[in-house]
Amino acid sequence: MTALRGVVLAGLIGVAVVAQVVVFRYFSIEGVVPDLALILVVVAAIDRGPQFATVLGFAAGLLLDLAPPADHVAGRWALAFVVVGFLAGRVRRDAGSSTLTAVLVVGAGSFVGTSLFAFSGLLLHDGSLPVDQMLRVIVTSVLWDLLLAPLLVPVLLLVLSSLRPPGDRSADQRVRVVH
Amino acid sequence: MARAWGAPGRRPRSPRPGDPSPDQRARRVFAVLVLACLTLITLDARSGAGSPLDPVRAVVGNVMGPAESATAGAFRPFTDLGDALRTNHKLRGDMARLEADNARLRAQASTAPVDRKRLAELDGLTRTVADTGYSLVAARVVAMGPEQSFSRTVTIDAGTSSGVRKDMTVLDNDGLVGRVVSATHSTATVLLIVDTGSVVGGRLGTNLEIGFLRGRGAVGNDGRLALDLVDDSVVPSRDDVVVTWGSKDGVPYVAGIPIGRVESVVSSPRQSSRLAIIKPFVDFTALDVVGVVVPKGTTGDRPVLTAGAPQ
Repeated sequence: MTALRGVVLAGLIGVAVVAQVVVFRYFSIEGVVPDLALILVVVAAIDRGPQFATVLGFAAGLLLDLAPPADHVAGRWALAFVVVGFLAGRVRRDAGSSTLTAVLVVGAGSFVGTSLFAFSGLLLHDGSLPVDQMLRVIVTSVLWDLLLAPLLVPVLLLVLSSLRPPGDRSADQRVRVVH
Repeated sequence: MARAWGAPGRRPRSPRPGDPSPDQRARRVFAVLVLACLTLITLDARSGAGSPLDPVRAVVGNVMGPAESATAGAFRPFTDLGDALRTNHKLRGDMARLEADNARLRAQASTAPVDRKRLAELDGLTRTVADTGYSLVAARVVAMGPEQSFSRTVTIDAGTSSGVRKDMTVLDNDGLVGRVVSATHSTATVLLIVDTGSVVGGRLGTNLEIGFLRGRGAVGNDGRLALDLVDDSVVPSRDDVVVTWGSKDGVPYVAGIPIGRVESVVSSPRQSSRLAIIKPFVDFTALDVVGVVVPKGTTGDRPVLTAGAPQ
């Protein structure tokens, strides 16, 4: 069963990354698309805590770094997502209480993640833009994520909690869904 | 969705002394993964061309490429509603128009007051081009890298199985698109000329002056290239057409492909050089059918279009 859960999670990450580069390019605003993988990581952090979210963030970021259209130094998105997953996991005590706060955490995570990626690009001289253009891209991507989060967060929460092992012994699990 | 809090820190099994608390464990996992990321970045950034991560990239590309192609195929009926009839036939028509453009530029070149010897060389070059003829493999753009990654790349659905290799020129019916930076079995990644890391040798249509075009990173309506002419005394005229200058053996860019039009000229008072802003012919946000220039006689699993009649 654990293997099956792993496969489903890997599938979720794959779908998020593919949708981001294939489907959403038709809706991109000046080339900026929503960070579906990042939303997934933040929701995972809210649902399952920092440990789970950092691991998921590492996997999702690495796939985004290595999957075809990517041409930047590998590990940059992974680093950004690991940090976002960890931070979102730390603030989830407040974030899990309603969808609205979860959406706000997604927005904050999007800002932190995209900025970290931009910053690592500046440090490595890897595909960096002038700072004003970078800021515009970051703001657009945060707005995109805030727009999609209200739709995606409840769905992803439902999917992720159904993937949780029954009688999860993880002490990370402080959030319990009350139906 | 109503949520409530369980008792924080309560564990069903009794913690043994010395057991790390969940917070500690999360912190350890975080530290390990951050180190892993930094190691990856160092490995990939330090080692330049032959990165140790290339095999991993190839494996991921071979899995994700077909997935992207399949997804793009599944969504095509919805995205194609606007222009349903983009076929090989149309691409052949586009080739004919490109050739006409080339001829027009050559005519322009011959009327311009230029060094006769250089003209003869150029003539020979273009004759060679006409002799060999560019062979094109048609492909479709299936995925576009997000602007958040700050690098402008797209995935096309033709790879090494169709004869597409690294450092091949990619163009569409409007002009130069970019070059192939990596290819897997069935897909290839194309670096667009608007990427900040892209440098293309360009030539002004009217006076054959050469220069270097650098991308400025934006793809939308404000996507522009900056042309830095080798000869500082030349002032590019507005609306002058810029074509590729071409590299040795057409790697990575073949010669004579239109790139864009001079939109404005900026001269900086500090340096004596002038910077021409070029508006590219290609609309990079609406890329669909592109052609990859392959060597003549390439065989693969898709038809190769040649300059004259189809093979």
